[in-house]
Amino acid sequence: MSGMHRNRISRQRFIQLAAAVLFNGYVAGFQKGRIFTGNSKGICVPVLNCYSCPGALGACPIGSLQTALGGIRRHFPFYVLGMLMLFGVALGRAICGLLCPFGLVQDLLYKIPFRKKKVPEKIDRPARRVKYVILLVMVCILPAFAVTETGITPPYFCKYICPAGTLGGGIPHLLANPQLRQAAGALFGWKTLVLILIAAAGMVIPRPFCRYLCPLGAFYSVFNRFSFYQMHLDSDRCTGCKTCEQVCPMAVEAAKDSNSPECIRCGRCKNACPAHAISSGFSYKQTADRQA
Amino acid sequence: MKKIDGKYSALRFGILGAAIIFTAIGLMRREPLEVLGKAVKICLECIGIG
Repeated sequence: MSGMHRNRISRQRFIQLAAAVLFNGYVAGFQKGRIFTGNSKGICVPVLNCYSCPGALGACPIGSLQTALGGIRRHFPFYVLGMLMLFGVALGRAICGLLCPFGLVQDLLYKIPFRKKKVPEKIDRPARRVKYVILLVMVCILPAFAVTETGITPPYFCKYICPAGTLGGGIPHLLANPQLRQAAGALFGWKTLVLILIAAAGMVIPRPFCRYLCPLGAFYSVFNRFSFYQMHLDSDRCTGCKTCEQVCPMAVEAAKDSNSPECIRCGRCKNACPAHAISSGFSYKQTADRQA
Repeated sequence: MKKIDGKYSALRFGILGAAIIFTAIGLMRREPLEVLGKAVKICLECIGIG
C-alpha cells in the first residue's frame, strides 16, 4: 500500500467521522438519555441516522418517509421525497460511501481481523435486489396501505429491520433509562439479533447492509448514473489490471462500469489504481465510460 | 471518454427541477412540521421497544 493510498483512505475516514459527528452532535443527549428537540429536527439528513438517537440533530429520511405515508395525515411525501431527490441527484451513492454513519460502522467492523469471504456471484447478484424490495414493500407499500386499528401504520422498516435505530437509538436509551430497559421485550430481542447478524456479516464481507438491505442505498442507486458527482474512467490509461475490482468494498467492476448503481463512491478504486485512470468529481456535462 | 449527448444531462436537470418543486410544495404544505413533530419524540418502535 502506497503512502498516497493511506492518505486518501484516511481522508475518506475523516469525512465519515466528521459527518457522523455533524449528524449526531448533541452530546448532552447521550449523557441525559434524552433526544434533541431543536428546529433542525425538521430537516432530513441525507443518511440513515435514527432521529431517536440521543445525539441526532436532524431527521432520518426513511423514518420521515414512512411517517408521511402512514401517519395521521397520510399524504404524498413531497418534502421528504424532494429532499431525497436533491441529495441523490447531487451526490448519488457518495452519501453511502462518505457520509453515512452506519457505513462507517461497517467499514470499521471489516477492519477487525477475521476470515474474509467473497460472496459467490450467484448468491450476491439476486441478494442485492433485496434492498429494492425492502424500499418498495417495507418503506412505501406497507406504511401506505397496511392500516392498523388506530389508523396509523407502524414504520415497518424501522420497527423490524433498521440496525441503525437499534445501535444509535435503542442501545443508548436502554443504557441511560432503566424504565425503558424494563419495557424492552421480544421486539428488542429481534432487532438486537438483526444488528448482531449484520455486524457479524460485516466482519466477514464489506458493507453487507449497504449491499443487500439498505432502502436508502437502493433509492440513491437510481441516481448514480446521472448524479452531478460522478466517477470517471480514462479508458486510454486503464491497463485492465483489475486492481480496482479487488479493492472495491461493493465488488463493483469499476473498469467496466464506474458509475454502477452499486458504487458507493468511496474512492478506493481511484486511490488504488496504479495507472491513475480513475477520477471523481462534480461535472455538469454527462460523460460515459462504460466499456463493452 | 465519450459524451452522451442530451439524454442523461436532460434527465439530471429534470430531476433536479422536480426535486426543487417537490421540496417547495412540501414546504408550502408545512410538511417539515410533521417531520419535526415525529423527530422530537423518542420513537419507541424505531428503537425496538414498542
